[in-house]
Amino acid sequence: MTDAVKRDRGLLKIDDQECKGCGLCVEACPPRVIALGEHLNHYGYRTAVYAGTGCTGCGICFMACPEPGAITVMRAVANRAAAAAIMSTGQEGSPSCASN
Amino acid sequence: MSSEQFSEYTVVHGRAKSFYERYDRKPELQHQTHFCPGCGHGIVHKLLARAIDELGIQDRTILVGPVGCSVFTYYYFDVGNVQAAHGRCPAVATAMKRSRPAGIVIGYQGDGDLSAIGSAEILHAANRGENITIIFVNNAIYSMTGGQAAPTTLLGQTSTTTPEGRSATTEGYPLHVSELLATLQGPVYIERVGLGDNKQIAQANRAIHRAVENQVKGLGFSLIEVLSPCPTIWKMSAVDSQHWVRDVMEKTYPLGVFCDRTKEAQPRRLPPEPPSLEAIPAILDIVNDDSAEASSAANKATKPIDLHVRVAGFGGQGVLLLGEVLAEAGLEAGLEVSWLPSYGPEMRSGTSNCHVRLSDETIDSPLVTAPNILVAMNEPSLRKFDKSVRPGGWIIYNGETFPTDCVRNDVHVLALPFTQIAHELGSARAGNMVMLGALLEVANGLPQSSIDAALRRLVRNTKWFELDELALSRGRELFRESFQEV
Amino acid sequence: MRKQLMKGNEAIVKSAILAGCRAFYGYPITPASEIAEAAAEYMPRAGGVFLQAESEVAAVNMLYGGASAGVRCMTASSGPGISLMQEGISYMAGAELPCVIADITRGGPGLGNIAAEQSDYHQVVKGGGHGNYRTIVLAPHSVQEMADLTALAFELADRYRNPVVLLADGFIGQMMEPVEFPEQAIEGQTPDWAVTGTAASRPNLITSLFMDVDDLEAHVRHLEQKYRCAEHLEARAEEWQAEGAEIVLVGYGIVGRILKAVTAEARAEGINVGVLRPITLYPFPVSHFKRLALRARVFVVVEMSNGQMLEDVRLALDGTRPVEFFSRTGGNVPSHEQVLDLVRNLAKRYSIAPITEPAINIDEERMANV
Repeated sequence: MTDAVKRDRGLLKIDDQECKGCGLCVEACPPRVIALGEHLNHYGYRTAVYAGTGCTGCGICFMACPEPGAITVMRAVANRAAAAAIMSTGQEGSPSCASN
Repeated sequence: MSSEQFSEYTVVHGRAKSFYERYDRKPELQHQTHFCPGCGHGIVHKLLARAIDELGIQDRTILVGPVGCSVFTYYYFDVGNVQAAHGRCPAVATAMKRSRPAGIVIGYQGDGDLSAIGSAEILHAANRGENITIIFVNNAIYSMTGGQAAPTTLLGQTSTTTPEGRSATTEGYPLHVSELLATLQGPVYIERVGLGDNKQIAQANRAIHRAVENQVKGLGFSLIEVLSPCPTIWKMSAVDSQHWVRDVMEKTYPLGVFCDRTKEAQPRRLPPEPPSLEAIPAILDIVNDDSAEASSAANKATKPIDLHVRVAGFGGQGVLLLGEVLAEAGLEAGLEVSWLPSYGPEMRSGTSNCHVRLSDETIDSPLVTAPNILVAMNEPSLRKFDKSVRPGGWIIYNGETFPTDCVRNDVHVLALPFTQIAHELGSARAGNMVMLGALLEVANGLPQSSIDAALRRLVRNTKWFELDELALSRGRELFRESFQEV
Repeated sequence: MRKQLMKGNEAIVKSAILAGCRAFYGYPITPASEIAEAAAEYMPRAGGVFLQAESEVAAVNMLYGGASAGVRCMTASSGPGISLMQEGISYMAGAELPCVIADITRGGPGLGNIAAEQSDYHQVVKGGGHGNYRTIVLAPHSVQEMADLTALAFELADRYRNPVVLLADGFIGQMMEPVEFPEQAIEGQTPDWAVTGTAASRPNLITSLFMDVDDLEAHVRHLEQKYRCAEHLEARAEEWQAEGAEIVLVGYGIVGRILKAVTAEARAEGINVGVLRPITLYPFPVSHFKRLALRARVFVVVEMSNGQMLEDVRLALDGTRPVEFFSRTGGNVPSHEQVLDLVRNLAKRYSIAPITEPAINIDEERMANV
């Protein structure tokens, strides 16, 4: 790796049409990298915005958020194969649970 | 969304598969839930959808929605959805699971729904140990209707119906549903969790997963109570209401596991294959009885019959059985018949009577208000019905002497101590059959074989059958003796 | 199949199972308890569900669940229990769920008594629960009809996706008469709208909630359409020596039987009288009334209530003929003799000409269609 800047472990995507600006994610975020923005969205809410750096990809903001898809949390991976592995366990649950 | 992938990042937490991408059932604003900002329901929905995803049961899941703020579960969950009446979710879920045991039936209820109007339904579903999962969202108030007090409202908490704050002396104490249900033997898993901070939410996530998993494993009834914020009705910010759950609500409603029998619970099996359609008539005891068919020709009535019989006596004298044997014999003899009992408490004590009709023609009314034969097993019964007997009719009376004030010139009377006679034959209980024997002489036209067949069908015990046969023939004899002398 | 002597209450259960019913949810009440008892005996053996609920409220909501799952299901109760079930009946009508409810009536209001009355007519025929809905109501008058109309009830419930009530009185329920069942059992088909916990049924939704005012109005109109359809197609009545009768006696259930006995005697006396017995109480057999009114001089409604069906008879006749009324309540039964006396008096009052020839009963053929 020759990157001059160290990459964040995580990345946030906030859907400003789904977010209602309740601020629970702001409160929940351990590294404090979410804030409420200044702009009103289509519905008149001040929505959450990601500071741009510092996300650890812990997912705590996702769990605290009451909207199903307002927050999407991503995590940095070394390559596509590792990404696929995370996808299959992280999203599908353990095979033993799904078997019954 | 889940397939979205950046060159360096991949999605680890995004919209659950068990949610619709867009809420097409919602009339407007189909990109957002209908919940207020910061509402706990949204979080519980997410945790539940996650559990459904993780357990791989989206196709099997039946979600029974409540009445209240979370009435629209079917807007969001891409599973089979049923919306239940207020408080009745456990009853609806019970029946769905019983009829579709392979389905995963999850009930979602608020605290007004579950702990007030639906308190009976939840208690009994839990006590029966139904193999269902209940997610119970407790926000200590009726939110959708605008903030009225619930059984779960905290002491001192104001609401629109407790404007001075809930008082134990007038509104009673906050209802501890989890503790209450945990005293029952039916449930396998009951836990109270909260949404008061990150740690609590993580525990709620585990608990909800576990409660659904218990059902997947067939272990039985699980309930998760979730202490959940309602910023709008509590008139707090989202963050303050979250803290109120942790700092105030939890003091009244401690978190924890109140019942866990998952280790000792035996997994339930799916029920056996139902019997084939061809087997159903036999199961219902309605198949052809060939021997009865073969003998029926010999059992046919030998002359026209139109009987209007009233049988009356005390409970225990065999009033109803006498009538039933007569009706069954009539059916055997190819006649139209009906048998109508007096019923209810009369059946259990005191007097008892029945109406019996036998006729060659269609029976219009099964009610016998003017009998042509009255069988009176005691004096009160005689006095109740003697005047109703048609002129030319018969009264068969169980008594040594016929009361003089009941004597009528236009009816025939046979008065004998039938019970005593039966006692001498072997048991006073056969008195009804001695009377039936006499009645059959009056009716005269039912072949003995039809009586035998009827008696065999109704009296299974051989000893009693033989005694009854003896009693019947004694009754016939007594009649003949009495009326040869006249 | 051999005819068997059987109680009406038992015949209901056997007929239901033959008709594909595989779930019974009930709560004990006199005089309907034998139905639950028979269901407890036979339903599990037939591979179905029997459950004694904690209340009639729970029982009817279990019915809602069973029907949502696409299973033919039923319950049975009597007056006070039916009052409690009205919530669920309204929800089922709203969510378009089929089910069969046997109401073996007793005396009311309140605890009333356990003797037979016909005072559930209003709460069953006119709705009873909230909202713009109707229930189809069938009124058997014999044990054979208890069996036949139960089978019909399941058919109609599925056809109209609506609750169907079998309204019988304690007499018909407790009475034993010979009954013959169909040779073949039917398998209830899982409807494609049901929620069964499968991939195919995942998009399905059962609800009676329509938040949008226009959506709810459209739904109400849709329900209305079904009821109009039922009114055209499903009204049933038995006419007993009613062709050309100048006095038409009207009664359902056990009263219908009494009226037939009265008719036999009155005709023997030369009085031109016949019986019109509604078999469906909703839809009410209006066309039978209109047709018989062409010849009849007077209609006589006999009921074991204070005149609940009477209102429908008056509506059906729309003022074209006088309607006389005779009633007993409290569990008393209009006696043959009382009604016969009334008929004799009316024959005099309306100067009914005596019949010269005995009428031929041609109306049994009409019954064959039932």
